[in-house]
Amino acid sequence: MKSPIDSKSDNAYKHQLDDFEYGLRQGIPIALGYVPVSFTFGLIAVSGGIPVWVAILISLTNLTSAGQFAGTNLIISGEPLLEITLTTFVINIRYLLMSLSLSQRIAPETSLAKKCIMSFGITDETFAVASLERRDISFAYMLGLIFCPYWGWALGTAMGATVSSVLPAEIQNSMGIALYAMFIALIVPSSKKSKATMIIALVAIAISSLFTWAPYLKQVSSGWSIVIATIATCFIGAVLFPREDL
Amino acid sequence: MQKTIIAVILMAAVTYIPRVLPMLFVKERSKSRLLRSFLHYVPFAALGAMTFPGILYSTGNMTSALIGMTVALILAFFEKGLLEVAVGAILTVYLIQLFVH
Repeated sequence: MKSPIDSKSDNAYKHQLDDFEYGLRQGIPIALGYVPVSFTFGLIAVSGGIPVWVAILISLTNLTSAGQFAGTNLIISGEPLLEITLTTFVINIRYLLMSLSLSQRIAPETSLAKKCIMSFGITDETFAVASLERRDISFAYMLGLIFCPYWGWALGTAMGATVSSVLPAEIQNSMGIALYAMFIALIVPSSKKSKATMIIALVAIAISSLFTWAPYLKQVSSGWSIVIATIATCFIGAVLFPREDL
Repeated sequence: MQKTIIAVILMAAVTYIPRVLPMLFVKERSKSRLLRSFLHYVPFAALGAMTFPGILYSTGNMTSALIGMTVALILAFFEKGLLEVAVGAILTVYLIQLFVH
């Protein structure tokens, strides 16, 4: 016969396994959605001159769409490190908000080390799914949720990167527009749903156009222009259209 | 090459830091509506600023870039997926450049 302590830890173990499996299932559709996006990333990165293994490394270490697309774009166009880092950081500032919100829901007994691992897997999509959970978010659940999206993101990148290196040169030259087309595909549907979002995007476009064409302002590098345009636009947006629903 | 690797490491760091910091230090949710709204708008503003006018210089030919952009806008308006919009724009630019040469 087992001691009460043993059976208690058995139960805890089974509970963790259930949580992991539950998370795993929820992660599968996210992973399926990631493959075409990371495929495109691999394709673009390699056609811009990034080696295949570096493209995969970027996906394995960054696990984010907009941030790594922008960072890679700036690497390809030869911008200095400071501007690459700052632009990527500014785009990823939104994770502060998501992590902030999830931090209120993490199971209380979760250790600091586990919290550090869990937070690596916060993306727009895993956040959306996890934040809809009614229960506390356990380490096992989050690990399960992250698993498929993480490897899906890497696998898609590897496939896209490999395909890109065998494409004919004429197609590769036309692929410079792909990254921007993807940005458009991210902005336009959100702008249809929210007038505030549309105005935000247009104001950002207006400011970055000023930094490209206006006298004096055009001397500012493109990396800094994006940082300045983003911060200025978000400040204007927060004052003009404060959100009640966050 | 070395610079690329350093850039990748720095990108990974500045992607991870905003994910982990609140988890470690914040006990209570920010009450500031201004801050929360600011953070909410960041991805849209950054994407907008990065897309235009950068897209005009992405193909080496402003005409093909403009037409490619128009096709991307139309496909995105009808809520096609990221890959479809990207492939649509690439093919458009490819065909225009065949035609122009």
